[in-house]
Order: sequence, then C-alpha cells, then structure tokens
Amino acid sequence: MIVRLLTQTVFFALGQMWANKVRALLTTLGIVIGVFAITATIAAAGGLKGFVLDEFSKFGATKVFIWGNRPDELRDKLSWTDVKIKTREARDLREHSQYLTRLSMVASHRVTVRYQDRVKSGVSVTGIEPDWHEIEQRLVQDGRQFTETDDSEQLQVCLINEMAIEELRLDGGGIGKKIFLNNRRFVVVGVVETKEMSAMFGGGEARSEIFVPFSTMYKLRDWLWTSVVASMESPEVAEEAKAEIRFILRKARQLPADWPDTFDMFQMTQAVDNFNSMAGVMGMAAAVLVSISLLVGGVGIMNIMLVSVSERTREIGLRKALGARPAVILVQFLVEAVILCLAGGVIGLVVGQALMVLAQGSGGKLMENAEIPMWAIVLSFGFSGGVGVFFGMWPAVKAARLDPIEALRHE
Amino acid sequence: MGSVEENSSGRGARQDGRGGAREGGRVGGRKKRPIIRVRNVHKIYKMGTEVVRALDGVTLDIQRNEFVAVMGSSGSGKSTLMNLLGCLDRASKGVYELNGKRTDKMGAGELARIRNEEIGFVFQSFELLPRETALKNVQLALLYSRQRFWGSRGAARRALQHVGLGDRVGHRPNQMSGGQRQRVAIARALVNRPSILLADEPTGNLDSTTGAEIMGLFHELHEDGQTIVMVTHEEDIAGHADRIVRLCDGKVETDYPRDEDPIHIDYIKRSVDMARERAAAHVEHDDAVEAEEAAR
Repeated sequence: MIVRLLTQTVFFALGQMWANKVRALLTTLGIVIGVFAITATIAAAGGLKGFVLDEFSKFGATKVFIWGNRPDELRDKLSWTDVKIKTREARDLREHSQYLTRLSMVASHRVTVRYQDRVKSGVSVTGIEPDWHEIEQRLVQDGRQFTETDDSEQLQVCLINEMAIEELRLDGGGIGKKIFLNNRRFVVVGVVETKEMSAMFGGGEARSEIFVPFSTMYKLRDWLWTSVVASMESPEVAEEAKAEIRFILRKARQLPADWPDTFDMFQMTQAVDNFNSMAGVMGMAAAVLVSISLLVGGVGIMNIMLVSVSERTREIGLRKALGARPAVILVQFLVEAVILCLAGGVIGLVVGQALMVLAQGSGGKLMENAEIPMWAIVLSFGFSGGVGVFFGMWPAVKAARLDPIEALRHE
Repeated sequence: MGSVEENSSGRGARQDGRGGAREGGRVGGRKKRPIIRVRNVHKIYKMGTEVVRALDGVTLDIQRNEFVAVMGSSGSGKSTLMNLLGCLDRASKGVYELNGKRTDKMGAGELARIRNEEIGFVFQSFELLPRETALKNVQLALLYSRQRFWGSRGAARRALQHVGLGDRVGHRPNQMSGGQRQRVAIARALVNRPSILLADEPTGNLDSTTGAEIMGLFHELHEDGQTIVMVTHEEDIAGHADRIVRLCDGKVETDYPRDEDPIHIDYIKRSVDMARERAAAHVEHDDAVEAEEAAR
C-alpha cells in the first residue's frame, strides 16, 4: 500500500512538473546552480589536488634531503665546512638508520665540457653514489652504473643524459666516448634517463647533465658542498625517520644538548601535508559558498511549493474527502519538493559534467585530472534531496493541516 | 461489480451490511440498525464573541437504501450537517453513528479511513483533477484505500462502465461535458463501494436536462441498493428523493415530504411499505439503545 502510494505520488509529482515545465525549470535553477557549484568545486579541487600530488610524487614522496646548516647563533663557532654533511656521517646514517632504505651523497658543480672541437661551459656535473638512481627514479637506460671500484679508485668515468649527447653531438649513443671535464678526460659509461621535472620544482626544460662517481668529484674541485639525498621506506614513517636522522646526526657530530641542529632536512611529505591543510581550508570556504547557493535554491523551492499548495487547495480538499490521511498529503507535497530538487540536481550534474569535459579538453595541465567522483554525485543528490525535505516541509505541513471543508470551499 | 465485493471480503461489517441491504431492506423482517444514526447533534462555532449554532440538536436516522434529500435555506445548517455526515467535521456535541461505528470519538486518521471506505462524495463542481484521465480520477479514490494494487484499474473501469462512461475511460475532464464529468465523479464516489453516497448539490452546475439524467443515474443506483443523501435547494431535484429533510436554524423542521413538495412517483409506490417498516425498526432500535444506555 505504501509502495503503491509512493509510486503514484512520484508519478503524479512528475506529471505536475511536466504540466508546469517552465515554472519547474526556473524554480530548480537555484538547485541547479547549487549542485553545479558543488560538483564543479569538488572536481576543480580534485583536479588541482591531483595535479599537485602528481607533481609531488614525480618528485618522490619518500624522498628526504639532508644538508648542513649553520644556525645564526653558531655563526662564530662553526664554518660552512664544519656543518656540511660528511662521508663519515652519511655512512653512519646508512648503517644505523632503520627508516632510510637508500642513501646517496651528492655534490654538484659547474664545469666546462669539451668533446673534440665542441666546448660547452656551465654544464652541471653531479657526484653521485649508485643508490642515487633508485632514489631519484632515474635509472641507467644504456651502459652501466658506477661500481664500487669507480668510487674507491676515483676513476674518471661519467654518465650523461640524452640532452648532453645531443648538445655535444656524441654520435652512436656516446658510450665509450671520451669527453673532457675541466680538461680531465672522462669515459662515458652509460646514459641516464632524463626525467621530466615538474614546473613546480624548477624543471620543465631538459638540460645537459653529467654524473660522475662521488669521490671522483674531488678531482674536479677541492672544496665541495656535500649533502645527502635518501629515501624512506614509505611516506608514513616520515616523522619517525626525521627523529631518527636527527638522533644519528647529532650523535655523530656530538652536539651539546643546548646547541641547535647544525643540519636541516626536507621531506616531501611535509609539502604534501602543507598542501593538504591548505586544500582543506579552501574546501571549507567553497563548502560555505555552496551551502549559501543551496540555501537560496531551497528558499526558491519553498516559495514555489507554498504557491502550489495554495493553488491546489481544492485538490487537497478533495484528496482529504476521498480519505487521504494528513500524513499522506504531507508525503505527497514532500515528494514533490524532493523531486523538484532532485531534478535540479540532475540538471546541475549534467551541466557540471559537460563543463568538466570542456575543461579537460581545453583547460591544460591543471585540469586534466579534474573529474566528478562518484561520492560527489551521491553527495549532491543527497544534498538536493535534503534541501527538498527541509524546505518542502513547511509547505507540506501547511497542506496536511488544511481543513478539508475550508479547502473544498476555496476559490 | 461483483468482483469488487470479493475484494472487500476482509471487511466483515461491510459485507454484513450489504447482505442485509439485499436480503432485508423493505422485504424481509430482519432486525437492522439505521445506517446513519444522528442523536441530538450540535455544532457550535465561535465567531469572535458571537456564538453560531450551526446545528442545534439534530436527531436523524437514515435507513439503508434510503434516498434522502436535505433541504434548507442558506444558513439553515444543511452544509454543516453534510460535512458532519461526510466525516469531514466533528460535532461539538451529540452522537453520530455511521454503519454502527461511532465517529465522534475518532481521530483524523480514522475519519479519513471512514471517508474512504464508507462515504462517496459527489460535489457540485465535480472536483476532478483536470490533467488526469477519467480512469485516473476514479483510481484516485482507490489510491487511499486498502484494496489491492492490481485490482484498482479494473475496479475503476467497471465503476465508469456502471455510470455509462465505459467509452470515455481515457478522456480528460476538459474533453467531456458537464454531465459526463459528474458521472466520472459519481464513479469515483462509488468505486470503493461506500455505505452512503453523499451528494452536495450534484446538479447545481448542470442544465436541467443533464441534471435529470444524473437523477436518473441516482435512481438506478438507488434501485441497486445504494443509500443516497443529497443536499439540494432545487425543489424539483429534491422531489426525486423518497424522503425530504428540511432544516431551519440548525434544527430539523420537517421530515418526509410535505403536501406541497413535488413527490416523485416512486415514493408513493414505496411509502406505505417504508413507513410500516420504519416504525418497526424504530421500536426495536430504541429498545436496543435504551438497553445499551442502561448498561452504561
């Protein structure tokens, strides 16, 4: 009986809407805009977030940078040489840390490169250890990695990237070619993948890069600013890893308890956290705006339902005379309000989806991750249904309370 | 409409009542209660400081299968009485028993059910939903009843056939004449097999020919055993009824036709029987009431 009543009510409500198409459309405009705003906000936020997190993960979410730092209060006690990360400290970290799975010393410098008659100055040379490839996700695509012998014997071997091959015009892939770095002869033993660096982290254009074994770097320059790049076993252990690194380094440097750290570090997870909290604040602001638009839409629904109740007073009287209980009348008008809202929701979703497709087509990189997730669809339907119930309640109660005699006498 | 009756087999009281109407009525001597039993009913409105006594002690019995016209000038209380009989309103004081059920203690929900099951309304201005077909309009009454879902279409169709609109099932009110619209309304009133048909100026919006047609239909229904109560101010329409109740100032002025009333021929044929039977019924019933009240 209830099911039948509901189906009939729904069909009747749809019929009412169809009979007043223009009015229904205008009425639901508020809800259309509200739902459109919800989905657009969620999709845009999701798209932006997807874009940013994508950038972060390109960069490596488990990555940790560790470098020496000279706090202001220790300026007269320590030199930069004192605070830079030393090979011994890196070894301590490698041996004692539970959370760091890979670790590489790094040092870079700009040199002048010559191959045959071609000279290029200001090329970046980085001294690395074999773990570096895994940490940076830049494997050797051709040739070989550095070996321990390369490092211990300070062999003059190097890895290059494809841009360097192109710029120096090393024919036939470059492996085995001899190039001169600051007039020292190095043999190219492999080609490293060029990673697309995101615009956020200063990449974007590929540059010539040359890598040499870390200890070989000392042949190119006496004083090197050395630091460490490492990777944690997972982004979840960021806090623990941070504490552990501090403990190991403070111990290795035998820092007095009242001294601040003479090193600093940066984890990608911090950036992700910062971004997430920022996105949360933005989301709250958007939610407030969306609620306001739904509120306005809901008031529109309430208004039109009140008009509908007074227009159809005689019908209500008739239904009551035919034996409709007050609750049934209430449900009827509530269902009509909810259906109006849901119709608005559907239109809003369709408009939102259409615009989303357009944005994906033309919005460039920022929006290519934008999409309306399933939960957002459910959410907007829930909201519009809720708005229907909330704002339809008063008119429905009004209808249910009508005195049948008065209602049938109504002109 | 036989199958509809099967549908209502769950309602024992109804079935009994209907059986009684068929077997008993004027012919058998079976003991029966009046279908409408109004005892000393008052309806008092307060309009600001003024107290309006719309009904001032009305006592009225209507037997099964009577065709009663209620007449009176405006303000006589006939509309109030109609609303009361239709369970759209409750009396301020007094007892109203419909089909053996006391309605004066019922809540809004129960009254709604009584309206649905026991009463068929016919209004002056038809009150059809303009956008729905005749069939849907008739089904509206079944929507609020406890009848089976799948039966409702067939029952509505049969009700329309019964009032002679079997070929207008799919028409909307604006495609029909006034008389046809009123027939749809009558079909809607009858589809739940009500104990009484309450008609409020059923011919008020119709020309006299069509009005006479509708009265003809009422006669047919009456022949089939339907109890009909009709409010009208047209003397010749009231003349179709067997019994005319005139109200004045909230009181029953006269019951049964007066000399000057245009009495329908049908009434003359039956009045002797009815009067005799009514006398018997009153005695029995009053005995029963007294016994009841003594017990209380």
